[in-house]
Amino acid sequence: MTGQPATPMLDVRDLHVQIAARNGTVRAVDGVSLGVASGEALGLVGESGSGKSMTLRAILGVLPPEATITSGQVLLDGVDLVPLSNSDLNRIRGPKISMIFQEPMSALNPVMRVGDQIAEGPRIHLGYGKAKAAERAQELMRRVGIPDPERRFRAFPHEFSGGMRQRVMIAIALSCDPEIILCDEPTTALDVTIQDQILRLLARLCTESAVSLIFVTHDLPVVAQICQRVAVMYGGQLVETGDVRDVLLNPRHPYTLGLVKSAPDVDYVRESLVPIPGSPPSLVTPPSGCRFHPRCSFVEEDCKVLPTPLRELSGGRATACLHYERAEEAVAADRAASADRGWS
Amino acid sequence: MSAISFPEPALAQQADEHAAPRAARRWYRQPALATGLVLLAVIVIAAAAAPLLTPYNPIKQNLGASLLGPSAHHLLGTDQTGRDTFARLLYGLRNDLRIAFIAVLAPFCIGTILGSIAGYFGGWVDTVLMRLVDVVVAFPFYVLIIALVFVLGPGERSIYIAITLVGWVSYARIIRGEILVAKRQDYVVAARSGGLSPIRIIGRHLLPNVITQAFIYAMSDIVQDILAIVTLGYFGLGVPPPIPDLGSMINDGQNFLTTHWQLTTFPGLAVVLVGLSLSLIGDGLADVLRPGHS
Repeated sequence: MTGQPATPMLDVRDLHVQIAARNGTVRAVDGVSLGVASGEALGLVGESGSGKSMTLRAILGVLPPEATITSGQVLLDGVDLVPLSNSDLNRIRGPKISMIFQEPMSALNPVMRVGDQIAEGPRIHLGYGKAKAAERAQELMRRVGIPDPERRFRAFPHEFSGGMRQRVMIAIALSCDPEIILCDEPTTALDVTIQDQILRLLARLCTESAVSLIFVTHDLPVVAQICQRVAVMYGGQLVETGDVRDVLLNPRHPYTLGLVKSAPDVDYVRESLVPIPGSPPSLVTPPSGCRFHPRCSFVEEDCKVLPTPLRELSGGRATACLHYERAEEAVAADRAASADRGWS
Repeated sequence: MSAISFPEPALAQQADEHAAPRAARRWYRQPALATGLVLLAVIVIAAAAAPLLTPYNPIKQNLGASLLGPSAHHLLGTDQTGRDTFARLLYGLRNDLRIAFIAVLAPFCIGTILGSIAGYFGGWVDTVLMRLVDVVVAFPFYVLIIALVFVLGPGERSIYIAITLVGWVSYARIIRGEILVAKRQDYVVAARSGGLSPIRIIGRHLLPNVITQAFIYAMSDIVQDILAIVTLGYFGLGVPPPIPDLGSMINDGQNFLTTHWQLTTFPGLAVVLVGLSLSLIGDGLADVLRPGHS
């Protein structure tokens, strides 16, 4: 598929995840295909409930008990992770893939010393002894910028600030030298200055150790700062993929356009924030045709009935919109309007 | 009510994160916990130091000195076979406390292990274990214990077996419930994402976070076990006769209640004090270890 690297290290193909709920089956992830090359950072953006986190958890095989992968493949270096048993997966989670969570407080064990939590992975996966693992943990703490690791090693998570806890999480994620780190909104719970520090740290570690990232967020500036490519999710499906600058500056899907217009600080010229009308679709009974059509300002009759798979465009991009030219025209019109007023 | 426990609004505000260590440092400020610990310490020391506190052998009969009233020689008098009541009380406490503390260990361990397996894995394992729990819970505690000891025959070993068979279910329920909640926490998902085995996740990540609840319950469970042991002794199903036991002392003294009330009253009082001290400890622990639940 265009917009995907030639030899993806992680290759997710047509992934479907369903959640059994009281009012029916929720199709949380509905045919998502992603590819991440070695050393690349992919942003996965979308509203709450669009299936971003479920996609990450499905890749790692840590879905909540009521959710299951109903079809699709998750190929890591050519090996499909979906049919693997839990104990086989445990040889891959940690040394090959790891994950960073949104809430650094709740993602750390409150009654275990942080040093032990960082050292746990190397002890199990790399077969380190107690002393060597402790040494490794202190080295990692130094690398992620935790001051005084010899002393902080013995501290408990509640003795750390939010930013420091997230650094601990990053140290845990890095502890077994993974090839790819899945980041589930790692900066959402932090305030802006700390957010920036953590993003810089992640970006630096990525280039230093050639780790790939999948970066889930709803924060577009963050994506612009850290990712090379972006995939936009809506209602459990991908609606647009491509190079980060292309997608954010020239959206080819009305939903991406809506996201960009509703986000502050994006390098997109407009006079005020414009919300997307309506609310996210029900994933129990999703709308027919394009899932975005009930909220789309460019909707046409065929949008309500025709299926909308990703279609490849030039420049390594893909969109699910049947009338993506409309989004393009709207961007051009906005730009012209603001140029008239002497902006930009 | 109590002069010691002032509300501390400023501290309560930030309690969540730091409550556990701070509360642990202030355990002695909890009147219930402090009273319970002191009371239990006095009882345990008295029971353990029985040979130092009384010169009498609790088993040796002295028919020439039966049913004496309290005196300087016999603090609480003697029973119908001339044994010193105070000595029998101390040695009886010693036996009953020992049996109760040992008896609580097996159900604690078995219940915790089975409860965490049921809670963590769910599915059919959970269904089977919890139906088994329901079956045991369907019978009243004492009825089941008495029936089991009756079938197994009186004696210390039967008491351990009966209490284990009946007692594990409460621990299993408590731990299962706690694990059901805790396993959805991010740190457990994070541990799974780190490729840790289920045994390691349960042992190193889940149990340290939930075992407190089982400890608190164990305090009230010991009370229940002591009452069960005393009840069995009272029915003649406890430790066999010459060995001192509070339950059999109460039963033996019952015949002389109108003339020698001290024979039943003091063993009964000892049971009450033991129960009271452990309940106070349990309540105090719950307050100290579960901030915000008080």
